[in-house]
Amino acid sequence: MSASIFEKHSHNDGSWLPRPAGAETEVLACLPEALRRRTAPKLPTVSELDVVRHFTTLSQKNFCIDTNFYPLGSCTMKYNPKVLDAIAASTAFSQIHPYQDEEQVQGALKVLYEMQKLLSEITGMDEFTLQPAAGAHGEFCGLLITSAYHKSRGVTKRKVLIPDSAHGTNPASAALCGYEVVQIKTDVRGLVDRADLEAKLDDDVACLMMTNPSTLGLFEEEILEIARAVHAKGGLLYYDGANMNALVGICRPGDMGFDIVHLNLHKTFAVPHGSGGPGSGPVGVKKDLIPHLPRPRVLKKGGAYAFEKDAPASIGKLRTYYGNFGAVIRSYAYILALGAEGLEGIARNAILNANYLKEKLKDIFELPYPGPCMHEFVASARSQKAKGVRALDIAKRLLDHGVHAPTVYFPLIVEEAMMIEPTETESKETLDRFVEILRSIQQEIDQDPQKVLEAPHTTPVSRMDEVRAARQPDLRLR
Amino acid sequence: MQYVSNSPGTQEQILKAIGAGSFEDLIRNVPKSIRIGRLNIAEGLSELELVRALDETGAVNRNFKHFIPYLGGGCYDHYVPAVVDRLALRGEFITAYTPYQGEASQGTLQSIYEYQTAICELTGMDYSNASMYDGASSLAEAALLALRHTGRRRVILPASLHPEYAEVVRTYLSFVDCQIVTVPWKKGLTDPAEISRAVDADTAAVIVQQPNFFGLLEDAPALAAAAHQAGALLIACVNPVSLGVVAPPGEYGADIAVGEGQPLGNPVSYGGPHFGFFTVQEPLLRRMPGRICGRTVDKQGRTAYVLTLQAREQHIRREKATSNICTNQALCALKGAIYLSLLGPAGLRRLSLLNLDNAHRAFRRLTELPGVTPFSDGPFFNEFAVRIERDPVKLRHNLLKRRVLGPLSLERFYPDMKNTYLVAVTEKRTDSDLEQLCAAVEES
Amino acid sequence: MDLHKLRYTETHEWVDLNGKTARVGITDHAQKEISDVVFIELPKAGRALKAKESAMVVESVKAAFDIYAPVAGKVTRVNEDLRSKPELVNQSPYEKGWLFELEVDDPAQAQGLLTLEQYDGVKDKVGH
Repeated sequence: MSASIFEKHSHNDGSWLPRPAGAETEVLACLPEALRRRTAPKLPTVSELDVVRHFTTLSQKNFCIDTNFYPLGSCTMKYNPKVLDAIAASTAFSQIHPYQDEEQVQGALKVLYEMQKLLSEITGMDEFTLQPAAGAHGEFCGLLITSAYHKSRGVTKRKVLIPDSAHGTNPASAALCGYEVVQIKTDVRGLVDRADLEAKLDDDVACLMMTNPSTLGLFEEEILEIARAVHAKGGLLYYDGANMNALVGICRPGDMGFDIVHLNLHKTFAVPHGSGGPGSGPVGVKKDLIPHLPRPRVLKKGGAYAFEKDAPASIGKLRTYYGNFGAVIRSYAYILALGAEGLEGIARNAILNANYLKEKLKDIFELPYPGPCMHEFVASARSQKAKGVRALDIAKRLLDHGVHAPTVYFPLIVEEAMMIEPTETESKETLDRFVEILRSIQQEIDQDPQKVLEAPHTTPVSRMDEVRAARQPDLRLR
Repeated sequence: MQYVSNSPGTQEQILKAIGAGSFEDLIRNVPKSIRIGRLNIAEGLSELELVRALDETGAVNRNFKHFIPYLGGGCYDHYVPAVVDRLALRGEFITAYTPYQGEASQGTLQSIYEYQTAICELTGMDYSNASMYDGASSLAEAALLALRHTGRRRVILPASLHPEYAEVVRTYLSFVDCQIVTVPWKKGLTDPAEISRAVDADTAAVIVQQPNFFGLLEDAPALAAAAHQAGALLIACVNPVSLGVVAPPGEYGADIAVGEGQPLGNPVSYGGPHFGFFTVQEPLLRRMPGRICGRTVDKQGRTAYVLTLQAREQHIRREKATSNICTNQALCALKGAIYLSLLGPAGLRRLSLLNLDNAHRAFRRLTELPGVTPFSDGPFFNEFAVRIERDPVKLRHNLLKRRVLGPLSLERFYPDMKNTYLVAVTEKRTDSDLEQLCAAVEES
Repeated sequence: MDLHKLRYTETHEWVDLNGKTARVGITDHAQKEISDVVFIELPKAGRALKAKESAMVVESVKAAFDIYAPVAGKVTRVNEDLRSKPELVNQSPYEKGWLFELEVDDPAQAQGLLTLEQYDGVKDKVGH
C-alpha cells in the first residue's frame, strides 16, 4: 500500500508561483486581524517529483477502460475517444469565461445551440437544456418541470410511479420534489406489470418514470399503450436515459410518447466517467413544457447565438452558469464524428454484442428472461449460489482476470443478479475471452470454490472490512 | 468515423452465432410504428475533419490566451501547473468508473481520502465528502441538510450572496415546506445586527458567503454568533484560494462549509465542469450528501480504502436518501487534490498573498483615476467592486480594443447598479495587464 | 430473557411490556437477516409514535431498515450504548441490544401482537 501523500516529506517552497512583490506584513495590512487565518492548514509538503510519483503510482492501482473490459450493466462503459479530451482542453473552449459578452463567445454558444438541436433530433424531443450536471440532476430537473407544468394548469398531483426495476436515483429525485413514490411491479416477462400500473394509475399521478429498455435490458413493447394510459389520466411520461445506448438511431423516446427525457452524456455519448464524474445530464422536453426549462436556453437570432433573456415560467437554475460545458463539447464532437450512420452503429453493435454474450453464457448462468435482449441482459448466479458461491464472489474473481465486475445485485428483483452490458466498442475477441474466463470460474466453482470465495488475489488489496469502515469511520488523516 | 471494434464481417458472424436470421429479429419487440429511418444529422467526419471543424468553431471565441480577463463572479483565471492535467488526465483516472469495486479502484479511493483530508485541513472542518456538482448546488444541499437536521423551517440568505447561488438555493428548496428570508446588505456587507433580528426559534440556518458576491469579507465570526445564539446552524460558502490568509470556516464555528472548487486547479471552461466541496462538523456527518471514502483494512490486514457510510445514499436508501446525487465531479476534485499537494502550506500562503496583493494594487490604481470610486470601504480578497462613471458602451469598446475581458457589469444582476463593475484580480494579472485596464478606462 | 414473555410483530420487532412501559428491540431472526449492524439512528426521547409508524433506522453496510413502533406511545428512553456499539444488536438482540422504551398509550394494544409461537410460524414468510 502506498503511504498517503501527507506522510511523505520533501521540499516545496511554492516557487512555481512568483514571489509576491510586497513584504508579507505590508500585504496583510489590508486584512483586519479578526478575519485572518490563525493556524496554517496541514497540507502535504512534497516536491513536484514526489507529487508526480505519488499520483502516478496511485493511478496504477485502478482498473480503467484504457486497460480493462467493463461489462458493467446500465453504466455503458464504452471507449472514450482521445480526440474529445483534446478538443475539450483546447484554449478556445477551456479558456473562456461564462460571463463574457455573448458576441465574444459565439463559438461556445454555437456548440450549446447545436447540441440542443442534435439531442432533440436523436431523442425526438422539441427542445433541450444542457444545464444538469449528471443523470440524477437531470431527473431532479425533469421532475421540477413536471411539477411546474401541472401547476401552470392549475392542478396539484402528488404521486410519481416508478417500476421496481428502476435506479435508486428515481425515487430519491422524486422525494426531493416532495412527491410520494409508488412502486410498479415487473411482470413475468420482465416488463411493466400492466395490471399493477392500471390499478395505481389515477388522477393524482404526476408522472410515470421509465427506463426503456428497462434495467433488465428488455424493450417495453407496450410502451405506446402505457403512454396513452398515462396521458389519459393527465400524467406525464418521463424517460430515464440510462439505457439510451440501446436505441440511438433505431427509435426515439419522443415518438413513444415520452414528454421528458434525460440523457447521460457520460454513458451514451462517450464522456469519460472520470472515476465517478463529471458527467452531464441534459433534459429534453416536448413543446408544451419548453417554457419551464431551466434558465437560460441558447437561441439563434439571425446569424447570432444568444441566451434567452426572459423566461418567467422557468423552474429557475439548478447550478451556476450553463452546465458542464467541457462534457457537453466532448459529446458534441462525438456526435459530429459519428454522423447519422455512426450513431445508428452504436445501438446496432451494442445489441449484437449483448445478444452474443447472452447466447454464449446461457449454459453457465440462469437467464431469468430468455429471448433476445437489447444492449444488456441480466443473468442470475442462483445455481452457483446453491454451490456456495455468490454473484459477488464471481464478480471479485473476474478482477483477477483483468475484467471489471458486472453490476451485481441489481436490479433488486432478480436473485443473485449479474447485469452485463458489453457496449458497442468491444471486439468479438474480447467478448470471447470474457466467456472463457467465466467458464474457467465456473470450473473453479465446481472444483476449488475457495479460490473464488477468497478472490480477488491479484489486486492491490483483497476484500475489505467494510463493517469496520462503517462502524469506526476513518474519513481523513488527523 | 466509428469507434466499433468489429468489422461488418464479424458483425455478421455474431449474428449467426446468436442464431438470429437478421438484426431485425433481435429488435422485433420495438413496434414498427416507432422505428425511424435515417436520423436527420450530417454524415460523420474523420478525426482530421473533426478537429478542423472544431478549430473553426472555437476560433471565434475570444479566449484568455489573447485577452486579459478581469472577470470573476465565482469563476477565476488562476494558473494551473502542468502537472495537474498530466496526472489527472491519465487514462487510469479519466476512464475509470466510480470506485464501487474497491479492490479495482484503490488509486481513486486513496486520492479521494487524501482529497477529503486536504479539504478538511483547508476549511478547518471535521469531515468532507468526495465532491458535489458545484458551489451553488453544494450550498443548496447544505440548506436542505440544515432544515432536516434542525426540524426548523426558516433559512436566512444574505442579499450579498452570489445571485446565481441564491437562485439555485430557491430552486432546490422550492418543494420543501420552508421560508427563505433575505437580509439586505449595507455598503455591500451583511450587518450582524440585522441577522440577529432575523433569526428566531424556527431558523434552521444562516448562510454567509466569504468573500461575498462583491468580493467583500463579511464579519463571519459575528454572523456565526448571531446564528448560534438562536440555535441555528451557520453555513459558510467560501473561496478556497482565500483560505491561505483568510480565517477558515472551522475557526469561526461554521457547522457546514461548502464552496466552489474551480479555483483549485480547474480551468474556467465556460463555467464547467468544476466541483463543489462539502464539509461538516462531526454531529452532521451521517446527514452529509454524496459519496464518502473511508480507510479500513483488507483480509490480510493491509491498509485499504473503500466507499463507506453508503446507507445514506440513493442506491440503498432510495426515496429516503440524504440526497439524490450519484455521479459527482470526481475528476475535477482529483485535480483539486493534486493542486493542493503541489501548493503545500508555503504555496497556499504565497498564492493567497499574491491574489490579495494584486487585487489591492489594482484597486488603488483604479480608484486613483478620475470618476472611479470604491463601491464599499470594506475589506476584500481578490475581487472588488468600483463605480466607473463612464459611458458603458464606450468603455466596453475600449476594453475590448485593449484586449481586456470584463470587468463584470453588476447591472447584469442588479438593474439599478449602473456603472458598477466587479473586478477580479488573480495571481496571473501583471502590471502591464493593469495598465491596459486603466488605459481603457481613461480613454472612455 | 424468557422469549415466551415477549410479544412480536410481523416486521420483526419484539416488545417487553411492564405495566405501561414497553421495551422494544428486534428479533434474533431479524438481526441475522440484517447482518452486521454498523449504525443506529435512535428516536428522540419524547417523540409520540403511532402503532406501525417508523420509529428509527438500523443500518448495515449495504442496507437500511426501518424499525416500527409495535404499539402507540411516547418514547421515554433510548439505548444510548448503541451509539458507540451498534454491534450489541447482533450480539445480544434481546438484552443489551434493546432499542428504545415507550410509555404505551393503551397496554391492551400489545395483546393483539404475535406470541412467540405465532411469530416463529410467520417469520420466514414476511419480509422486513
